[in-house]
Parts: sequence; C-alpha cells; structure tokens
Amino acid sequence: MKIFVMAKKVLTSLCARPATFRYPLVPKTYYKNTRGSITIDINRCIYCGMCQRKCPAQAILVTKADKEWKIDRLRCVSCGYCVELCPVKCLSMKNTYSASTQIREEEAFRRA
Amino acid sequence: MIEEQKVINIEIKDLLSQTRDFFNSGHRLVQIGCTKLPECLEINYSFDKEHHFINLKIKLVDLNVEVPSVSNIYWCAFLYENEIHDLFGVKFKDIALDYKGNFYRTSVKRGFNPQNEQP
Amino acid sequence: MNSPKRTIIPFGPQHPVLPEPIHLDLVVEDEKVIEAIPSLGFIHRGLERLVEKRDFIDFVYVAERICGICSFIHGLTYCIAIEEIMQIEVPKRANYLRLIWSELSRIHSHLLWLGLMADGFGFEALFMHTWRLREKILDIIEETTGGRIIFGSAKIGGVRKDISSEKLAQILEKLKNYAQEIREITNVFINDSSVKHRLVGVGVLSKEDAYILGAVGPTLRASGVGLDTRKLGYAAYKEIDFEPIIETAGDSYSRCLVRIREIFQSIEIIKQAAGKIEPGAIEVKVTGTPNGEFFARTEQPRGEVIYYAKADGSRFLQRLRVRTPTFANVPAMVKLLPGCQLADVPILVLTIDPCISCTER
Repeated sequence: MKIFVMAKKVLTSLCARPATFRYPLVPKTYYKNTRGSITIDINRCIYCGMCQRKCPAQAILVTKADKEWKIDRLRCVSCGYCVELCPVKCLSMKNTYSASTQIREEEAFRRA
Repeated sequence: MIEEQKVINIEIKDLLSQTRDFFNSGHRLVQIGCTKLPECLEINYSFDKEHHFINLKIKLVDLNVEVPSVSNIYWCAFLYENEIHDLFGVKFKDIALDYKGNFYRTSVKRGFNPQNEQP
Repeated sequence: MNSPKRTIIPFGPQHPVLPEPIHLDLVVEDEKVIEAIPSLGFIHRGLERLVEKRDFIDFVYVAERICGICSFIHGLTYCIAIEEIMQIEVPKRANYLRLIWSELSRIHSHLLWLGLMADGFGFEALFMHTWRLREKILDIIEETTGGRIIFGSAKIGGVRKDISSEKLAQILEKLKNYAQEIREITNVFINDSSVKHRLVGVGVLSKEDAYILGAVGPTLRASGVGLDTRKLGYAAYKEIDFEPIIETAGDSYSRCLVRIREIFQSIEIIKQAAGKIEPGAIEVKVTGTPNGEFFARTEQPRGEVIYYAKADGSRFLQRLRVRTPTFANVPAMVKLLPGCQLADVPILVLTIDPCISCTER
C-alpha cells in the first residue's frame, strides 16, 4: 500500500505553468481541418436547395424566389455535409467558430 | 463478410424451448429487437457463443397474442421486453420485472407503432 | 431482535455523479442496499425511427450523434451494417483509418471515465489531471478529423478524411510521450491506498453472473470473460495482433484496471496499424440501395454495440435497431448493487461506465 502517490505530480504542477490558457486574451489555435462554421459565396449559389433538404439538423433555409440563403447557427452541427453536396461548391467550411450570441436569429445571405 | 449470421424462423410456441436450449448450451443473450413490417411484427432474439451469432425470429401477426417472456431464463431480457412493450405495444406473458408500460416515459405511447395497427 | 426497517431511497435522475438521467429505487436496510430497481426513459429520443424519414446515406450523421463519446464507432457500426447488406468492399486504407480513429476514441473515452471515476470518489486533483491528458488526445482527433468528439469522418464506403504518413508519424511520436504521462496518472489509480480503499472488493460480479446477465465490454472482461468484439475482425482488426484484456477479480478495482490497460493496448494497436497501413484509396463510390438485413457488431469503449438494419430496397431503411452497451450493462449493474453500502452506490453505477444518451437513443 502506497500513500501520497499523487504528491509528486501535485508538487510539480504547483510550480509548473497552468495547463489552461487565458481565453479570450490568448486566442485559441484552430487546426486546418477544424470544422468551425459554414460560409457561402452567395453570388455563385444557384438556390437548388440541396443543402436544405439534406441538412441533418434542418438548419438551412433556401428561398429561391427571394434569392436568399439562411442558416440558423444555433441549429447547425457543423457536419459539413452541405459543403460536400453543393453542386456549384459555393459553400465552404471555415475553421473558426461562429461568434457567440444571446438571441436566436438566422443569418441571412442575399445576392448583392 | 465479417461473420456468418444464422437466422432461424420459429413459431411462437417453440420460443421458450429453443431459448432454453441456447441457455443450456452456454449462449448469451445479445439482444431482443422488434421490427415493424407492413404485414406483421418481427421479433429477433440474438444469441452468441464465442462469436458465433445465431438469431431466432418470430413473426407476430396479431397484437393480442401474448408472447411468452424469456426473462425467466435470461433475467436480463426484462429490459428488452419492457422496451418492446412500451414502443410497439407487444404483450409479454410473465416478465420477471414488469414495468407495466412505465419503462419509457415517452409522451407518445407506443411510439414505434403509433396507431397500434392490427396488421 | 427486530429486523431492521426497510426504506426506499430514490437515486437520480439528477445526481451529482451522473451528468445524465437514470433513476434507481434503492431498497435499503440501515446503510445496506437490499434491492435496486432501475428506471430509464427520461430522455428517450426515438432516433431509431428517424431512419424512416432520412435517406440511408444521410443517416450516418444522425447515427454518429447518438452519443457524444463513442460517436465515431456509432457511425462506423452503422456504415458496416449498410456495407454488409450492400456487399461493399471497403478499401484497405479506409479500414486502417477507421481502426486508428476507433482506438483514439477508446483512449479518450477511457480517460474521460477515469476522470469521472476520480471525481466520483472525490479525488478532484486526479480528475483534472486525467482530463488534461484527455484534452491532448482530443487535439489529435481534431487535427485529423476536424471535430473534437464528433469525428464525422465515417461514411458508407470508406472514410472522409485521410491522414498523411508524416502526420501519422507525428501522432505516434505524440502518443509515445503521452503514454508516459498517462502512466504517471494511472499509477495513482493502481497504487494509491485511498483509491484502492474505495475500489478493491467493492461490487464483485462473478464470472458466471457477468456472462449470463449479458454484460459487455470492460464490465464483462473484468470478471474474467475474454470476449472482445474486436476479435471478429471488422475494420482492420483481423490483421492486428492483440489479445482481449482480462482481469479476474470482478470488483470495481479490476474494472478500473481493465480500462487502464486498454488505454495502453490502444496505443499499441495504433502503433501496429501505423506500421501496416498502405497508401491507396480511402473510399469507394456507393451506388444502388440496400436490400436485406444485418446485425453489425463492434466494440465500443463501453462494450459491444449492435446495429440491426433492415432494408427493402428503397432509399429509406425499414428498421434500424441500436443495442447500446450501457443497455446491456444495466442488468449487471442492478445485480451489483444488492449488499453494498449506500455510499458506494455512485461508484458502482459509475463502474459500468453508464452512457445514458446512448441508451436513450
């Protein structure tokens, strides 16, 4: 039976730098692959609605008549399926997350 | 092909004796699952011994027919049977621990067979 | 002498050691538990039925989100079920990548469990150190797949992302260093007297009981039964040399030991896989629709998971049934509890590694 097996580790971590960092003062580093948030190059979109139909979380709303593409960021699960399916490849996955928010609002993109 | 899976179709009346045979030969109960098909409900009893997978399949045409519970042979079956009772409305006879429809507290009763359709 | 009075103490659905809702009615005599009756179904989501409304190819995303910890293996098992029905031959490289990600998810899940366990018996510092190490594994996962816990890299016919050989070498190098650090922390679980005091001899599950109650995964292997679904040889496991890890005591301590040893085994398996992986395609094109049925079985960190898929040749499956490891372990947990002290109940519930969101799929 040993006691204080943890003691050495506790003492070394007492002197070491913290394992966490002071977010948001120190920004988080994202990887190239990180699935962060979906963006759209709206001028290339053909409003086919494929992303809306296939979205597992039903976060996307495409209105062909108004030439509008809407996404509910709080519903989106960042799976990237829409990016994979988009026939004109106007959707892309950014490796940074969308900003935090207090209200539930869809983000709308319209053709300029 | 990862593994051979033997599926044996049996009658409801043979279920208990077949299950007891599996119990005596040292199989373990892997799962019991129910499938709703247009014409009937299928209940799969899966057994496994040293990675040899065997599946018994019974067909239930009339929901009023009581299926004998295997939970008196494999005690752990009570979870699966209560689950199937709550989701599909299948009646089981003599479950070792019968929740009487209170196993899943879902707002929709018989969620997997909502109209309680008699096939 | 009068027999002591029996009381029923409700445990859960909200309990400090359990982030997820499971309810137990504990019949106690003084401090001793006589009987335990479980209740589930507080958060039943009916995901299995969603399969009737979602295309079978899209459903991988839903399958993967059944659970947040064993996510990749859920997606993988669904893919295997469909691939077996459609008789798709998955490329060799994809199989190896699937194996590597499965093992990474096993390491992170076991580290998570060790942390929760330490938290459960009140060893806060140990909990934080375990999770600090888990974070490093999550970084590897994020770097290779893009998600921290939802990998999103399994797809029917292969995998979505590739790991380059340089990256693989880096991962191996990292894992070698982490193994050292993990060893330091797990030694506390293995040797420390205060930890042992809470775990040794508590909640003994005999070999026969464990087997016949249908227990799976580490719960079963800690009781001396060497069943490991990985031995079926799905993904690339048939080309990997490993033996299921077995402990024989069947108490909480051996369940802890099995998981600790599995962490190092997983690192070893990844090392083997990295040596055997060959360049090649990572996916095949999937055409047609499934028609048939299959029971796909894989080994999750918590034990064997079963996906039963039945299809009739349309884009929508007729039935998908998921039997998760926790569901199979609940009877074992119920049998563990009688005879233990009330204060040990949280620990015993934790030792089967309950994942209620899996169970309430």
